[in-house]
Amino acid sequence: MELSDFNWWTQFIRWAHIISAIMWIGHLWYFNFTQTPTMPKIPAELRPAVVRFILPEALFWFRWGAMFTLGFGLILAYMNGYILDAIKLGIGSPSPHTKATAIGIGMWLGTIMWFNVWFIIWPNQQKVMGTVSATPDEVNAARRMAGLTSRVNTMLSIPMLYCMVFAGHYY
Amino acid sequence: MEKLLNSLPGTIIAGFVLTVVVAVIIHALA
Repeated sequence: MELSDFNWWTQFIRWAHIISAIMWIGHLWYFNFTQTPTMPKIPAELRPAVVRFILPEALFWFRWGAMFTLGFGLILAYMNGYILDAIKLGIGSPSPHTKATAIGIGMWLGTIMWFNVWFIIWPNQQKVMGTVSATPDEVNAARRMAGLTSRVNTMLSIPMLYCMVFAGHYY
Repeated sequence: MEKLLNSLPGTIIAGFVLTVVVAVIIHALA
């Protein structure tokens, strides 16, 4: 197999897509399964350490994991030639199109989650961390919005992962 | 909805219910 072999590159992009996705969803689940439920149990004087040191670092890998997952995923779908069929959920595609329907639903769910990360969670978390100025009321509203959206993404991650794995192992 | 999402078990159960819905849609469109 030559280095210029197209198949080699699709395998590399798929691997990069999965590594990025684990970085993203791993941090999403860390926030929802570990950090958020533990925060109320942490003594008040220790909480700033989480918000000032752990949260910014975790959010960095979280949001860029999301960006690279989407980027590599779209490149992979294009290279494999099913990107348009997937966007249309396989509707109107030659039968059988089950794989396109499954990966398409997964792609749409993942794209909604990516949007939530970059355009709802991240801007609101910047207010919570104090890197963007906000009144105390705005900070409380931002904390609630970021938390709820993160929970929405946790909920969506379950069917999204089903679609990704189903499509990858259907044939 | 907010009450459901504020509960971690509620969020996970909702995720599994959505997965069943998605699986039905995939097979319905197949």
